[in-house]
Amino acid sequence: MNAKKQDHAALSEIFNKDEERVNWHDETLWWVRQKRDKAAFGVPEWEALRETASAIKHHTLSNLHDYLTTFEQKAVENGIVVHWAAGAKEHNDIVLSLLNKAGTNKMMKSKSMLTEELHLNEFLKEQGIETIDTDLGERIVQLLEEPPSHIVLPAIHRKKEEIGALFHIHLGTPEGNADPKLLTYAARLNMRDVFLTRKVALTGVNFAIAETGEFVVCTNEGNADMGAHLADIHIASMGIEKLIPQRDHLAVFLRLLTRSATGQPITTYSSHFKTPRKGKEIHIIIVDNGRSVQLGREDFRASLKCIRCGACMNTCPVYRRSGGHSYHNSIAGPIGAILAPNLDMKEYADLPFASTLCGSCSNVCPVKIDIHQQLYKWRQIIVQEGYATPAKKAAMSGMNFVLSNPGVFRAAGKAGRWVLRHAPYIAANKFDPWYKHRELPQAPKASFNEWYRKNREQHE
Amino acid sequence: MSNRDKILSAVKQNQPTLVSLPEVAQFDKYFTESITEFKKVCEGIGATLHFTDSYESIILLLEEQFATARPVVTSIPELAAINSSSAIFNSPQEYENIELVVIKAQLGVAENGAVWITEADVLERALPFITQHLAVVLHKDMLVATMHDAYKLIGKDNYGWGTFIAGPSKTADIEQSLVLGAHGPRTMTIFIMGTLL
Ligand code: SF4
Repeated sequence: MNAKKQDHAALSEIFNKDEERVNWHDETLWWVRQKRDKAAFGVPEWEALRETASAIKHHTLSNLHDYLTTFEQKAVENGIVVHWAAGAKEHNDIVLSLLNKAGTNKMMKSKSMLTEELHLNEFLKEQGIETIDTDLGERIVQLLEEPPSHIVLPAIHRKKEEIGALFHIHLGTPEGNADPKLLTYAARLNMRDVFLTRKVALTGVNFAIAETGEFVVCTNEGNADMGAHLADIHIASMGIEKLIPQRDHLAVFLRLLTRSATGQPITTYSSHFKTPRKGKEIHIIIVDNGRSVQLGREDFRASLKCIRCGACMNTCPVYRRSGGHSYHNSIAGPIGAILAPNLDMKEYADLPFASTLCGSCSNVCPVKIDIHQQLYKWRQIIVQEGYATPAKKAAMSGMNFVLSNPGVFRAAGKAGRWVLRHAPYIAANKFDPWYKHRELPQAPKASFNEWYRKNREQHE
Repeated sequence: MSNRDKILSAVKQNQPTLVSLPEVAQFDKYFTESITEFKKVCEGIGATLHFTDSYESIILLLEEQFATARPVVTSIPELAAINSSSAIFNSPQEYENIELVVIKAQLGVAENGAVWITEADVLERALPFITQHLAVVLHKDMLVATMHDAYKLIGKDNYGWGTFIAGPSKTADIEQSLVLGAHGPRTMTIFIMGTLL
């Protein structure tokens, strides 16, 4: 992938060549953000729920060892086979061995950001296994041979005309037809055959319950259930951070998850898998892949509370105007930018800089992760470790200049684009055209400038 | 060291100092188990609601709305009359051509329009997904206000599999245009059973 060699700023520039598309992308995600607001405001105890969710996750992380072993024990009692995978290779080998055991070279897979992170599809392809992503958005990007650009809305960067052209080639829909209904229906018909014939289904896991050994998978399309209930073998891949202690804690998380993600009150399906069907198998693969290291980083461990709702992306002025692919990581946006450097600090040194530090991400996060503060802390570490490019360092020290000279990038046109290209993270004040989209439920205690200066002093 | 032991020992070493598990507050003063609220939310997520006080009227309505040559399957004994006589299935795949599935829902949640069903309510786990249309029968007394109330009722139930279903399957993956009928049912009908005030 040559894209890997380019950093966020360069990739944003590519995305920004098509101004109309950028505007559309920006507005669409902002619209999703507004739906989230409406749903959140409809729940008077919203803030208390966020607080509770965050505290439950904090507790779980502080007792993770015991919750993992309890979960394993209960799951095994339920008739589930539990596997452990330290990293991508181990995980992918387990999946391959299960496919081999089942005597098939075809798999179906519902949405799982973890398997994106572990590059499962590519691995299986090299082994001669065909994987079909059954979620519509994931199928679209799979046919386009590109990664998802958003964890909840995988094909959000694509226009319906492009999808129409894609489906014309692959599914034989009428040429020039870009009706979302018709295209969805074509995918539905096409996917039926996949569901009915494939023997192995892989799904992600939204929540794993320690006390019962069950796990919950949420979808709107019903694709995870279609796959899991029709296959002989259901493989569920989960990161170690997916645990919650008790079944009734699901109430807290299910109330928050979809309202934060899309503004729906709950996903269409929230399926609780406890035992396999008679004569069938469920395998859970518990994956570390750097999470235990992140758990040990005091400043960053809260990132493991993430429930992958995508709200921080939808609200992020940089994400909305640079697109998911500019983050060159399986998870884009603010949360991706704090998770990725843990995996490879050098490779992802640019990501913590791809932010205005406006704090909107932290304000919408349903589990109250201090995302923007972690972004700032990563910058310190990356500079200290010598991974920041000279331009980035210069831009960092030049920040106050630009902030106090709004004329440099006040206009939405050329100057704004210049900023985006050369120092996309500095456009964080009220003079910026993005500012109109920025909405903080609570007034910040210090202005960005004060905050920045204060923090810099503390860290230097 | 096995992967398991490697992971567990790293977790043990790196996990923060133990903090206590918070109590989940009682939030029910904001939401009520109101049927009007439930109906409004259900319609907002694309489901259709009918109030009824007898299985006979459900049969009449279903026959009128789903008159079709394709099979209908129900696990509710009182609705056996609508079961297609040919409906004997040995594997979930054989449900491929089912037009309508009618099942009982154990409870409904007013705040989000979801109904809870478990394996005990379906003949096959795949059934409520593979069908073109889904209908559920919910007793009006089994409506709760919030998800907290729902899990209080579900409690420590020993189901093998259970799910909340909220409306027909849907997607907005193409330009955020909402389309009902993704991979699961294209419609969802909810019958609220019990005499209403
Ligand atoms: S960091 Fe928070 S807002 Fe972002 S995806 Fe995770 S849970 Fe959602």
